[in-house]
Amino acid sequence: MVSGPPPSDYFAIFGIEKKLALDLEDLQRRFYSNSREWHPDRHARASAQQLAWAEEASATLNDAWRVLRDPVARAEYVLKGEGFDIGEQRGKDVPPELLEEVFELNMALEEAREGDANAKSEVVRALAKFEGLLSEIDSERDTLFVEYDAASARDTLSRLRALLNRRKYLQNLVRDARATLA
Amino acid sequence: MSLFQIDFGNEETPHRVVGIDLGTTNSLVAFMDLTAPKVIPGADGSPIVPSVVSIPEHGEPIVGAPAVARLITDPESTIYSVKRLMGRGVADVQDELKLFPFHIAPGSESVIQLELGGKRFTPPGISAQVLRQLKRNAEAHLGESIDHAVITVPAYFNDAQRQATKDAGRIAGLQVMRLLNEPTAAALAYGLDKRQNGIVAVYDLGGGTFDISILKLHDGIFEVLATNGDTHLGGDDFDNLLLRVALEDIATEWGLDLSMDPVAVQTLRRAVIDAKHQLSTLAATTVAFHYQGRSYRRELTRDVFERLITPIVDRTLAPCRNCMADAGVTPEQIDEVVLVGGSTRVPLVREAVRVLFKAEPHTELNPDEVVALGAAVQAGILSGHVEDKLLLDVTPLSLGIETMGGVVSKLIHRNSTIPATASETFTTAVDGQRNVLIHVVQGEREMVRDCRSLARFDLKDIDPLPAGMAKIEVRFLIDANGILNVSAKDLRTGKEHSVEVKPSYGLTDEQVEAMILESFAKAEDDFNERQVREARVEADRILNAVDKAKGDDAYLELSEEERARVDNGIAELLLAYHGENHRLILDKMEALNKATMKLAELMMNSAVRGALKGTKIDQ
Repeated sequence: MVSGPPPSDYFAIFGIEKKLALDLEDLQRRFYSNSREWHPDRHARASAQQLAWAEEASATLNDAWRVLRDPVARAEYVLKGEGFDIGEQRGKDVPPELLEEVFELNMALEEAREGDANAKSEVVRALAKFEGLLSEIDSERDTLFVEYDAASARDTLSRLRALLNRRKYLQNLVRDARATLA
Repeated sequence: MSLFQIDFGNEETPHRVVGIDLGTTNSLVAFMDLTAPKVIPGADGSPIVPSVVSIPEHGEPIVGAPAVARLITDPESTIYSVKRLMGRGVADVQDELKLFPFHIAPGSESVIQLELGGKRFTPPGISAQVLRQLKRNAEAHLGESIDHAVITVPAYFNDAQRQATKDAGRIAGLQVMRLLNEPTAAALAYGLDKRQNGIVAVYDLGGGTFDISILKLHDGIFEVLATNGDTHLGGDDFDNLLLRVALEDIATEWGLDLSMDPVAVQTLRRAVIDAKHQLSTLAATTVAFHYQGRSYRRELTRDVFERLITPIVDRTLAPCRNCMADAGVTPEQIDEVVLVGGSTRVPLVREAVRVLFKAEPHTELNPDEVVALGAAVQAGILSGHVEDKLLLDVTPLSLGIETMGGVVSKLIHRNSTIPATASETFTTAVDGQRNVLIHVVQGEREMVRDCRSLARFDLKDIDPLPAGMAKIEVRFLIDANGILNVSAKDLRTGKEHSVEVKPSYGLTDEQVEAMILESFAKAEDDFNERQVREARVEADRILNAVDKAKGDDAYLELSEEERARVDNGIAELLLAYHGENHRLILDKMEALNKATMKLAELMMNSAVRGALKGTKIDQ
């Protein structure tokens, strides 16, 4: 039974500790089990107050599930909770060693959009490289998750934020490249 | 103490909730019978009530099969496919209006007003007629009054279309416990005896709407991962296409344009629909049309039919691909594909689904009935009869608010699990500003003009303060029905703030109330009928209880005279039972209750003695 407003903290609502590396199967089990308890359909005959609580609890749970099951959204949630600014930082964190490649890709994209077949193959090549970088970033991210869970160091979070900004930047590039090829 | 109490205790029996599929072409009602959902037949024995309403010059509206006949004899006062007009403005439906024989009244900007037989009707008002018929069918079949329902809607229905459906339910005297997405309902019906875990795609092509939903099934949880669709795509489009072709054909052959003649158009429409149905099983058929002494016959092969409709069927594919992308699944990961809706009987549609999902689609359940059956299961969940199942559905469209320059700021993204909530803090732009107007839209595009306007909310009576000082938090909640609720709080004072809602399309609460009142005038007869029916249900209970008690040992302890009084009470109640006076039934029930008082006491005493002896009382 829902007897009051639910916790607003996304980890607390699942009854788990704040951690960046999560067991997603366990999270899903908890999501389903809490849903069975809180979903408004389970309280269709309850009082208006109970129903409102159920709706509130369910809505928060659903949002928590959406955020925590996604590693990037989860990390951003924790960063925000620790007072980090997670706004758009595009361009700022472009790794200097990539500046040249990014510039070339943008040129190739421009040309490919104008119908240049040679440029297209260049885009394909660059896309493969950037996709590789993305998966490197993801494994680096997972390492930082474990590091943070062990020591809760603020320095880890700073590095995580820089990594996520870099990821966002690369992801936008990859998205543009894919759209151009499609 | 009465027998009634011994037999049934004081437990309040929960309301029965029925499940209703309010379709574009056909509607059905179903209920949960012990463990399985069942569709309810009407007086003609068929569970299908065509969603057609005819307004005769005198007398009550005609609904269902009898109204279908009037499509041809009285096309201008007979309405079909009204679902296509639900929650829409006149500007949205110009294309279909060209094909509908009925007329739109002036002043239909936010709610379409249909002019029929000199009277005006709104789409929810017409849908309410269909719902009332289903309600009557259910009441006649179940022998009790029905006031609670789950009504299904296309998953891709927006807020206004959902609200219009809810309004229709209210006008018909139904408390709409839940609006349920049609593909989800179908998954629920299939999930009852099929697979317990896995990924399921539901492809639902009905008369006027198309939905695709992808669900994850997990030990009784039905989690919708994503949904997509087109609320203006369905079997009607096949019919309209065939109709246009036939009209052109006739124009060439006869040198006569029949498109402005409603009777001819509806007769021909019937003929092409028949041909379409036949082509689901035959390779060729004939479109036959007789009109004013002339005959038109044209052979139509399935091959030609398929070439004609290919562009329409192809329009379902992009939503399917987008849905898979949003759900994060590939065709290979989908374990089952379920077909729903009458239009999935078309072989070309089945083939398209087979190719796209690389799987043989399921068709075991009747595609006309499966949605109503699923709605009945959901009704069972809400009334507590079905305990192990739970649906977790999503909102089909993103919700946002208008910001500077007509740009949409998204608050709740499409395919978010509902209920879903988001908050946004608003402030004032100039000193002393008292009002803040918030424009809410639904859709996926960046600009307000490309999205669907939902409503405008006016935050009123803000304390006059310097610009930017007022802080009002507005909370948007999409409930389990997929309908938006808005509340506002003044963050400075912590007080709830009033919100005035102006829906962009749809009826205001006052209009719905007025329509409910109007229906009350006619409801007098219904009401009496219902009271009689309810009294009979009560009488059944007490008669059963007395019958059972007569087999009890305690009955033998009654004197001859006391037994005669009981029998007399039964006889008098039965006499009243078959009359039409509910008061008399209640009086006779009371009399029987009194006559069996002693019996009830004796039974209670022996039960207590039994309990004291430690023996169990066998109910």
